[in-house]
Amino acid sequence: MKKLRILTVGVGGQGILLFSKILGEACLKADIPVAMSEVHGMAQRGGVVETNIVMGGIKSPLIAKGEADVLVGLEPVETLRALPRTRKGTVIVSSTDPVVPQIVKDGFAKYPELPPLFEKLKELFNKVYLFPGEQLAREAGTSRALNVVTLGALTGTGILPFSKEDMVEAIKSTVKPQFLEANLKAFELGFNAVTA
Amino acid sequence: MHPLVEAKPGQKLLLLGNEAIVRGALEAGLKIGAAYPGTPSSEIGNNLFQIQHELPGLYFEFSTNEKVATEVAAAAAASGLRSLTCMKHVGLNVAADALMTLAYIGVQGGMVIVVADDPSCHSSQNEQDSRYYARLSGLPLLEPATPEEAYQMTRFAFELSEKLELPVLLRTTTRVSHARGVVKVGEMPSYDKPVKGKFEKDIRRWVPIPAVARERHKVLLEKMKEAETLAESASWNFVYGNGTLGIITSSVAANYVYDAFQELNIDEKIRVLTLGFTHPWPTKLIAEFLSQVEKVLVVEELEPYLEEAARVVAQREGFKVDILGKYSGHLPRYFEFDPGQVKEAIARAFSLDLPQPETPDVSWVPDLPPRPPTLCPGCPHRETYNVIKDVLKDLGQLENTIFPTDIGCYTLGILPPIQMADYLICMGSSVGSPCGFSVATDQRIVSFIGDSTFFHAGLSPLASAVFNKHNFTLVVLDNETTAMTGHQPVPSQELRPKVLEDRPRIDIAEVVKALGVKNVVTINPYQKEKAKEAVRPILEKNELSVIIAKAPCVLYRARLAKKK
Ligand SMILES: Cc1ncc(C[n+]2csc(CCOP(=O)(O)OP(=O)(O)O)c2C)c(N)n1
Ligand code: SF4
Repeated sequence: MKKLRILTVGVGGQGILLFSKILGEACLKADIPVAMSEVHGMAQRGGVVETNIVMGGIKSPLIAKGEADVLVGLEPVETLRALPRTRKGTVIVSSTDPVVPQIVKDGFAKYPELPPLFEKLKELFNKVYLFPGEQLAREAGTSRALNVVTLGALTGTGILPFSKEDMVEAIKSTVKPQFLEANLKAFELGFNAVTA
Repeated sequence: MHPLVEAKPGQKLLLLGNEAIVRGALEAGLKIGAAYPGTPSSEIGNNLFQIQHELPGLYFEFSTNEKVATEVAAAAAASGLRSLTCMKHVGLNVAADALMTLAYIGVQGGMVIVVADDPSCHSSQNEQDSRYYARLSGLPLLEPATPEEAYQMTRFAFELSEKLELPVLLRTTTRVSHARGVVKVGEMPSYDKPVKGKFEKDIRRWVPIPAVARERHKVLLEKMKEAETLAESASWNFVYGNGTLGIITSSVAANYVYDAFQELNIDEKIRVLTLGFTHPWPTKLIAEFLSQVEKVLVVEELEPYLEEAARVVAQREGFKVDILGKYSGHLPRYFEFDPGQVKEAIARAFSLDLPQPETPDVSWVPDLPPRPPTLCPGCPHRETYNVIKDVLKDLGQLENTIFPTDIGCYTLGILPPIQMADYLICMGSSVGSPCGFSVATDQRIVSFIGDSTFFHAGLSPLASAVFNKHNFTLVVLDNETTAMTGHQPVPSQELRPKVLEDRPRIDIAEVVKALGVKNVVTINPYQKEKAKEAVRPILEKNELSVIIAKAPCVLYRARLAKKK
């Protein structure tokens, strides 16, 4: 089975742990060996959060420098911050909607101008999928569905070793019923954003 | 039903290491659990706390600290019931007094002590290697590498504990406790009704006065021999690969070694000894392994615990084998490893070619804004800090004040713009250290402690402060919960989950007054002007005083409202 290392980065509160759990559940349903790790605790108070997901029989639940096959970013600055973990040929899947840190609002640091950086990304990597994640989530009915929009986008790239249906099933079995409709819509919007 | 209870035998679940430990313990017939929370161990207690309300045959409590929790579990095990306690690495320091002598008196029912280390200090104040507690106390030690192994080893640990009549240490790290993996679960015993044990009196066993302790120490040493024999043949300790080069590894590092082994295609060159049952050291197994290799690299996070085992064995056997690891500088003694680092160490130790990934040039990425963790919007701690800061400023005392702090969300008061955290050692040091500062300096002292930390380690130093006439102001941040670790209960809380509504409430102001503190005031930090007025006379006086800032954590309040 093909080995696949997916590094996912974002900011505390974006639902990145649920993102990873759904992805893991989809692997379980499709009978694909999976291992992952996440960091809880201090990191969740608005800090940087990352999860490492490895498939296809890899045992190390951590992705080192130059090892990521796919880099998923729920926030563009976090995508950029994680680039040292990529290699030539890494697939980049990232939301373009910024979450401006408090420290920037307080005037102690600068948030970079994004469009030229996105251009650089596209020059450097062959497969770069960018989408306005938060905007799509709001379109789906809840800004909290950014994580599921991103799952849709990741599925849309076609790089995952299981079907779109497996992923939808995993969403259905993980997301609370009252939020399911908005989340399924969010998934489709994310999916279409990279396939259209 | 709770998913960890509901799962049918044979079902595959995607579990956190901590969840796997819970399921393993339930399958083993755990009856009594007790814990104080601490990342990365907290989900074990959180899940058991929830599950006990569904299973009449399970009791679990959040005790006020790790020592108490260990004593609760020890007494249950002395009564013949299977018990468990879990804690983060530094929690074992708090429980260490109990641990060291519990090893002498032992247990009847199986007892498992889960201790979760945190290499890289993801959410901790140090990165101690708790495996040394196994050596210090003489207790058996298991080190799972994956959630699957954590599940299996937990079940095994109860058997082992009963066989040896000793508590067993199960040591994880962040990357085991917070890893997720597929676990195929087994059968759960019935938990339909509460089961009581019986404590059989035996003063020559359970009361370690010197005459008994001397005997029990010998018993412990005998048991360690038996434990070593079990470690020699345990399935958790195994060899793969061939060749005259060797690797010894354990815990999550074993995964990095395994993947490197696959990738570098070295099974004809290198053999690997993976160890999961690591105290007592399986010295025969290690000796046999060392006799087959010329050179060995020990791959383990933090301290050279297994490396020292290898050195001891090599010296004892007179082997000339070259032992590489921490002392040789191939791997550091600090921080968690990553797979790339382990691959490089292996390549360097054995002069192998390492294919380097082609990494992109990222020099064009500008300086990115950092994201230090911050207090939530609306957090009451921020308001309290501002009240105290304003009054001290008015009094012209801000510059002259030392702010000892403690561990919890409020430690984030270290960051601008608050910057009111000057000194910290461990939980409770916000009350003990001002006693020292007050005799050592003429500076003013205002220190901060959370409500959960106050009950954990704040009571006895406060008694000491009263008795020894120390002079400082202690601010108790009463936010109704243990926020930092995921909102576990606190004895003083008024806002509480339904299941705890029948428990008595211990009022912090009453406790403080009963301990003999004369100047005590309670404020609502959101009512800024009123709070400042109440605080001013306290800070004007130069006497021991306690300010209780009472306002619930906003996240906890929201979460509780959702549940009710
Ligand atoms: C000995 C020890 N046990 C557990 C922990 C983990 N821990 C960190 S902060 C904390 C408690 C925080 O609760 P509280 O004092 O009420 O402050 P809050 O987070 O609610 O502001 C705990 C249990 C620790 N650091 N040390
Ligand atoms: S979790 Fe509660 S106590 Fe912690 S920062 Fe947020 S509001 Fe404050």
